[in-house]
Amino acid sequence: MDVLQLQRKLREHQAAMLREGFLDDQFSQLQKLQDESSPDFVIEVVKMFFDDSEKLLNNMTRALGQVPVDFKQVDAHVHQYKGSSASVGAARVKNVCATFRNFCETQNLEGCVRCLQQLQNEYSLLKNNLQYLFRLQEQIQAAGGSIPTIE
Amino acid sequence: MDNNGCLPCTRREGFPAGLRVLVVDDDPTWLKILEKMLKKCSYQVTTCCLATEALKKLRERKDAFDIVISDVNMPDMNGFKLLEHVGLEMDLPVIMMSVDGETSRVMKGVQHGACDYLLKPIRMKELRNIWQHVLRKRIHEGREFESLEGFDFEGIHHLMRNGQDQCCDDVSLFALEDCISSTRKRKDADNKHDEREFGDSSSTKKARVVWSVDLHQKFVQAVNQIGFDKVGPKKILDLMNVPWLTRENVASHLQKYRLYLSRLQKQRDQKKCSSSGIKNPDLNPKDPGSSSIKNSMNKQQNVVSIDGFRCPNNGLVQLHESDFTVSELNKTEQRRALATNNIIPDPNMTKVSQIVLNQTFSPLNSEGNIEVFDCTIPTQYTWNQVPKRKLQDDPKSQSIASMVSSPSAASSIASSAVDNIIPVQSKSLMVNDQSSVTSNPGLKTQEFDASLIPELEFYQQNLLWGGEAAFSPLEEDLNFFLLQSECYNDMNFGMHNIDTSDYYYDPGLIADVPNHLLYDSADYSVVDQSLFIA
Repeated sequence: MDVLQLQRKLREHQAAMLREGFLDDQFSQLQKLQDESSPDFVIEVVKMFFDDSEKLLNNMTRALGQVPVDFKQVDAHVHQYKGSSASVGAARVKNVCATFRNFCETQNLEGCVRCLQQLQNEYSLLKNNLQYLFRLQEQIQAAGGSIPTIE
Repeated sequence: MDNNGCLPCTRREGFPAGLRVLVVDDDPTWLKILEKMLKKCSYQVTTCCLATEALKKLRERKDAFDIVISDVNMPDMNGFKLLEHVGLEMDLPVIMMSVDGETSRVMKGVQHGACDYLLKPIRMKELRNIWQHVLRKRIHEGREFESLEGFDFEGIHHLMRNGQDQCCDDVSLFALEDCISSTRKRKDADNKHDEREFGDSSSTKKARVVWSVDLHQKFVQAVNQIGFDKVGPKKILDLMNVPWLTRENVASHLQKYRLYLSRLQKQRDQKKCSSSGIKNPDLNPKDPGSSSIKNSMNKQQNVVSIDGFRCPNNGLVQLHESDFTVSELNKTEQRRALATNNIIPDPNMTKVSQIVLNQTFSPLNSEGNIEVFDCTIPTQYTWNQVPKRKLQDDPKSQSIASMVSSPSAASSIASSAVDNIIPVQSKSLMVNDQSSVTSNPGLKTQEFDASLIPELEFYQQNLLWGGEAAFSPLEEDLNFFLLQSECYNDMNFGMHNIDTSDYYYDPGLIADVPNHLLYDSADYSVVDQSLFIA
């Protein structure tokens, strides 16, 4: 498959991610920030987000596993994750965080656990999709092409 | 104020380029993004991930920054507290940011003196405009000074004291300042009060009275002669013996003079109390609101009279959001109360009064110093009760507990040290990592009990979401996925059948493709096949 086809693939994939709400406009903002002085800006930021996600999801899991559950603590983690997800435009993750916070406020443990599950799912989906995206980008760059940005 | 209140544009070209911004955020991702964005605006950026660090930087060099942007939620210090510190100590404009845009929070920010409250995610255009806050603040400060005096009393008095009349440039500068502020104020004023000895009295716009050094000197002499207490515009006018001067001219000048003197008095008083120093700039996380209030109160001890205040609950006062609104309404009341203690309200006081509630506080003389009160700024929720769910007792809760523990095990967290996991997991973050990271060893065998998590059925049914990918978030095992869905199998086999020379996917990528489909896999295969056919 040549560069053009790869690029088309990439565009389609990006468009799909946007359409399905995996990413929102913030992601395209990040792409716009990428320039010669920081050619891997988006990947770097996304990597930081992945790190943050793992850490925070761990923290949430731990906090929910405690007896008794400190909902304030859980909420703090979720709030942090909400901010983190907003940084890369992870819209679906962010939305789950919002619901999660409501459950924390009402101290609904079952709801919280459900949300944590959802978060983990959403995160894994997002991660897989993004990694696929980056692979496509690499392929394109290796073939000498340029990366199409989200319109 | 740096450069005697000059704006950055007077120091370098192309304002607002070069605006010196200090960004404070505990989230490193945001810090990176904001730094990049601000640099794109041609601003000079310094980043901090800790509020304490930021304050230290600000205190080290008071004129090192033009504006501060800070997140609201930070581990070591509440963003509002930082805001108070900065506003009171450095008097810089502060912009708050948060992913939480609840009205109450925004209001809190405004009440604490934030000049703006940005919602994350923040757009470039929002950052581009932050320079307006810097400019506005400088203008506002300048105007305050001018509206009080409209005339550089300080400069004039300095001249008079030195017994020399500086070159007329200075005088005209004073006159110019006078003009600028006065014309602003006097837009609607009755022009017939203005006269000049050679002015055209019939013209609708009269020339402004220029209070030169000599004129002011005469004025002061007259005032002193009469005695400040007994002074009145008519008496001054008579003594001054300046024919073209009107009573109204003198009256307005006298008013300004009085305000100037009172401001001097205030400054002297402030200097007295600030020498007592700031007590305990503690950043005890347990009392997020304490030190800022203490410091501010200590700084302006004479301004806030301690007498009438009493502190309930051993000095701990719960600030509730409703109280802020109440305090807003009662600001004037408090100002009056303060005024009765012979304190002249100044602009800084309004900030403090916003924080001072409709409550009474007493000094806590713990260290021989006067502490006014401790405040705890509440978090968003009132956590009145610790959740008392006893997981051991309730059988239903037991299943929940097991459910809780299963994700724990699955994520390998509770059972093993977190530190070990994170490096392992971080390997999976590398884009080229094809090997499945067994950071979730229990996953394959661990069953996420669908009966406990109804939403997962949705995932099962909808191949759009990558099928079993929902159950094994961090696995990239090809076989695992192939087994889950016929569709996947079909497509994969279809792909395998294609001549590899047409392929750009590496084998690892093939495995990833089905997992990461967003749209229906059938469609995808159609699309792909058509590409390959071509």
